[in-house]
Parts: sequence; C-alpha cells; structure tokens
Amino acid sequence: MDAYVDGTRHQILWLSRMSKNPMAVAGSLIVVGLCIVAIFAPWLAPYDPQAIDTWHVLEAPSRMHLLGTDALGRDCLSRLIYGARISLLVGIVAVGISTLIGTFLGALAGFYGRWIDTLIMRLVDIMLCFPTIFLIMAVIAFLEPSIWNIMVVIGLTSWMGVARLVRAEFLSLKGRDFVLAARITGASDMRIIFSHILPNAVAPILVTVALGIGSAILTESALSFLGIGVQPPTPSWGNMLTEGKNNLEIAWWLSVFPGMAILITVLGYNLLGEGLRDALDPRMMQD
Amino acid sequence: MKIRGNCPYLDSSGPESRQRWYNHTDMAFSLYLIKKTITLVPTFLGITLISFMVMHLAPGEPMTIQADFNPKMTPEVRARLRAEYGLDRPLYIQYWKWLKGLAVLDLGRSFAPDRRPVWDKIKERLPVTILINALAMGLIIVIAIPLGVAASVRQGSLFDNITTVLVFVAYAAPGFWVALLLMLYFGVHLGWLPISGLHSLIGYREMSWGEKVLDWCRHLILPVLVSALGGLAGLSRYTRSSMLEVLRQDYITTARAKGLPERRVIYHHALRNALLPLITILGLSIPGLIGGSVIFESIFAIPGVGQLMWSSVMARDYPVLMGNLVIVSVLTLLGNLLADIGYALADPRIRTGIQKGD
Repeated sequence: MDAYVDGTRHQILWLSRMSKNPMAVAGSLIVVGLCIVAIFAPWLAPYDPQAIDTWHVLEAPSRMHLLGTDALGRDCLSRLIYGARISLLVGIVAVGISTLIGTFLGALAGFYGRWIDTLIMRLVDIMLCFPTIFLIMAVIAFLEPSIWNIMVVIGLTSWMGVARLVRAEFLSLKGRDFVLAARITGASDMRIIFSHILPNAVAPILVTVALGIGSAILTESALSFLGIGVQPPTPSWGNMLTEGKNNLEIAWWLSVFPGMAILITVLGYNLLGEGLRDALDPRMMQD
Repeated sequence: MKIRGNCPYLDSSGPESRQRWYNHTDMAFSLYLIKKTITLVPTFLGITLISFMVMHLAPGEPMTIQADFNPKMTPEVRARLRAEYGLDRPLYIQYWKWLKGLAVLDLGRSFAPDRRPVWDKIKERLPVTILINALAMGLIIVIAIPLGVAASVRQGSLFDNITTVLVFVAYAAPGFWVALLLMLYFGVHLGWLPISGLHSLIGYREMSWGEKVLDWCRHLILPVLVSALGGLAGLSRYTRSSMLEVLRQDYITTARAKGLPERRVIYHHALRNALLPLITILGLSIPGLIGGSVIFESIFAIPGVGQLMWSSVMARDYPVLMGNLVIVSVLTLLGNLLADIGYALADPRIRTGIQKGD
C-alpha cells in the first residue's frame, strides 16, 4: 500500500514538473491537437480527399481551397487532414511493435546476463550496422508496398534502442532488494521480470516511445515519398510530397504544406519526448 | 594492463622517460586495435547472415517474383533458372556459396538486362556516395561543434534559446522536404544552383579542369547541405549537453580559480573532454548519413549507391539489393571502427589500457 501511494505521488510530481516545462507543454499540445484532427478527419475536412475535380486542377491557395489543389484537382487541406490518420497510425503501430520486441529482448538480456546477454547485444550491434532505410527497402522489395507492411517493417528494424535502454535499466534494477524479496516469495522469473522490474523501467521507455513515434513518422514519409510506402490514392504526407516534387516549378503549395505537417508532427513528438525526459530526470532540472 | 600510478609524461622528467611512455603507448594501442578488429568478425558474419536471410526467407523467392512478370516463363525454364542460380540447393549451401563469393567481391550478376556483375555496378557508384557523405560529415563537425560550445557557454541566453529552437526544428524537418524547398528557392526561383545531376550535361566536355571542379561544387552544394542537416542538429545538441556536463565538474572550477583566461578554460580544459563522447555519437550517426543517400541521391539525381538501391528495389533486382545492403553495412562497420580508433587516440585511458575504474 505504501509503495502504491509513493508511486502515485511520484507520478503527480513528474506530471507537475512536466506542466512547468514549456517544451513538454508545447509538445503535448501538438500531439493532442494532431490526434483530434486524425480522429475527427471526416468532420474537419472541407472536401472528400479522393474527389477528383478536373475543373480546378493545380489551383493556388484560395478561399475555396485554403491550401490549393493538386494535379487531379483534389483539395490539399482535406488530403492533409486525412494524411494525419496515416502518419499517426504508422507511428503508433510501428513503435508499438518495436517497443514490444525491444523491451522483451532487453529484459531478457539484462535479467539473465551471460550468453543470452552476449547473443542479444551482438544482434543489436549487427542490426545497428544496417542503415535502416536500406534494410527496410530490401524487405519492402519482396512485399506489396502497403501501409501494414510498412508499419511491421519499420517496427522490426527499430527496436535496438529500446533493447539497449531496457537492458541498462534491468542491470541496475535486478540487484535491488525488492527483486530479492520477490524471489524469496517464490515468484517465477517471468513474474519478476514483467510485474516487478519492468514497471520500474516504464518511465525511460515512455521517452523512447515518444521520440520513436517521431522518427517512425519521418521514415514512413520518406518511404512514401520514394514510392515504396503508402500508395496513392491513399493520402499520406510523404506521397503528397512526391506530387509536389513532380510539379515543383508550377505549384509550390504542393511541396510546402505536407512537409510542414510532417515537421510540426515530428517536432511535437520530439518536444514531448525531451520534455518527458527532463521531467523524469531530476538532475536535468538544474540546467 | 596496470601501469604505475603517476604517468611519466606528466612528470616531465626528461625526454628519455617520455620516449618510454610513447613506446608503451604504441604497444597498448596496437593491442587495442587488434582486439577491436577481431570483434568485428562475428558482427560481419552476422551482417551477411541477416542480409542473406532477408533475401531468402521473405515470402516468395527472387525467381518466382521475377518470373511472374515474364509471360514467356514456362515451368521448364523456371527450373533451369533455379538450377542456374543454385536456388534448388539447401539454404546453408547457398549461404556458404554466397559467402565464398563475397570474400572475393563476387556478388553475382544483376537481374537487369545488362547482366553486369553486381560489384562492378556498386564499385562505380561508391566514390560519389562516399565523397558526399564525407563532405557532409566534415560540414557537420565544422559547424555543429562550435555552435554547441557557443550555446553551452551562453546557457540560457537568447543565443542559446534561438539555437535550441532551430536545432529542434532542423532535427524534425524531413530532409527530402528541405531538399525540395531549397531546390524550389535556389534552383527554380533564383536560378542560382543546378538542381540535379553531378555535373552539367551540356558543355561539360569542353570545360577546363578548373571549370569542371567549379561545376561539380555547384552541383554538390545542395546535396551535401541537406544530408548534413539532420546530423548537424543532433551533434550540436550533443555538444551542448556534453559541454554542460563537463563545465559542471570540479577541475573546471579549479582551472578558473587558478585565474586561467575563460577562453583557455573552455577550449583547452572543457572542450577536449567534452569531445570524447561526441566521437562515439559521430560513429553512430554514420548509418543514418548513408541511409540518407537513398533519399538525396534520388531527389538530386546523383548516380551513387543510394540511387542504385532505389532503382534495384523498383526493378526487384535482388542480387544488386543484397550486394548493396552488405556493402553499405560493411561501410558502416568500418566507420564505427574508425570512431573507435579516434576515441582511443583521443582518450589516453583507452589507448594505454588503463580503464576508467582503475
């Protein structure tokens, strides 16, 4: 019971610290705003994102089409709003996968040590040698480029950071008294790992989740931009930029706005992550 | 390897003992190098194994996918091709064969109509990619470190806040979008810089040597700038926090208390120690930098390894894909080795085998 009260007090403490951190506040506002846009896309979008309108092709931003139209006369603002769904979905699912894998392997390596640790950490070193984009592209070449494949592949190639972090946490936590206590009560290894040690390592994992979503969104947009990610006509910010590139000389709005959307989104997650890190780490407060 | 507690170099007891110290250092350093190189072997094998698995355990093998696009492919032809490429053999035999080829840089032949050896295709494109990445790396170091130092020294000032905001924005900006914007502004709007290729297509042959170099430079400005952007933001942020960490330590207070000029404290005492972790960060940033080549080379139409990767994905040219994947990972591995060596050169504790805990 005491521990529980302590836990909640600790949580309130870092929540209040976070609310005083301008970076974290700005980041949370951006992320929450984006989620709202993604969830309520059908109500917010002024037009159908797929509706082709040959009378209004490549129109500059105007009162009718706030962010202009593309080569097929589709409304850019509506496509941007629907694109938010893709980006968030990819970011969250991909990072969900990588966090699960990373946490599991990192926990095993940190808890058991010895050859399991050597094996897993060697695998991490090897995976870190592949430039991620090259590895993803090599895998994508075999698969139909679809949003689900992209999410799985990004998830499978970005778990190494989490694994290292969780391993380090486990190394420092596994010698504590509460682990010994759990072992004396006869708890199994899996129980010690997942219900005793892991909850104490949640905070740093949350930081990497926030930062990871940002970088997953960047990766997805790069892949879609290269034509091997989310395929048209599904609007994603990356493939909207491909159209921008194709009409670079005549339609600047097609290149400017989707990129800004990516920038703001990734910035939001990065700020949230960094703010979270500062709030969780009291040492950093003196900075 | 334990050495006596006080280091003769600091004793300044004449050139002779200093010479002894250097000799000792040399030996420990070569031992360190050998040890580091040996640990690369399992990592290298792992890289080849994973590359191989990616290609062979994916749903559908290379041949069937290629065959699906070819209406003339009969079962007999397919079987013959499978035998020709050795795809009917067990996987471990295929892997061993491929590994033996890799040792002599025989990566097979491209599926493309020209059927050229994969290594030839990669070899002619490698220098461009390495050149651009090396230039980008140089640019990152030259700009990011002074920027980070300046921000850390003026912690909390307007300058610090502005650079922090800029760094965050630059870090979050998708590089290919920045590339588009720069192309739009400098290439299309102002018409100052060329936006694609490595050199001009028209009149390049007639240029003098100097004009050719200038022409290359003009074409390389945007790609190098854009590939450096992300790393630049990251490194200057790391420099700042690394400096802040060091500036908090006691020996800095001591140096100030001795009455040393602030410049000397910052650049001589603090920076040298703050640079150490940055070498590791630079090493770790190599895969990202090389990965960026795919994007920038395809945007700026630069004939490098990244563009080859992209076109081979589009054409499903598996031998080229696999060769590319292995070669760039080995490049990364070598880059990490360089970073390790740099770290050892910069940190006498590692060079001489005295560990931090000693």
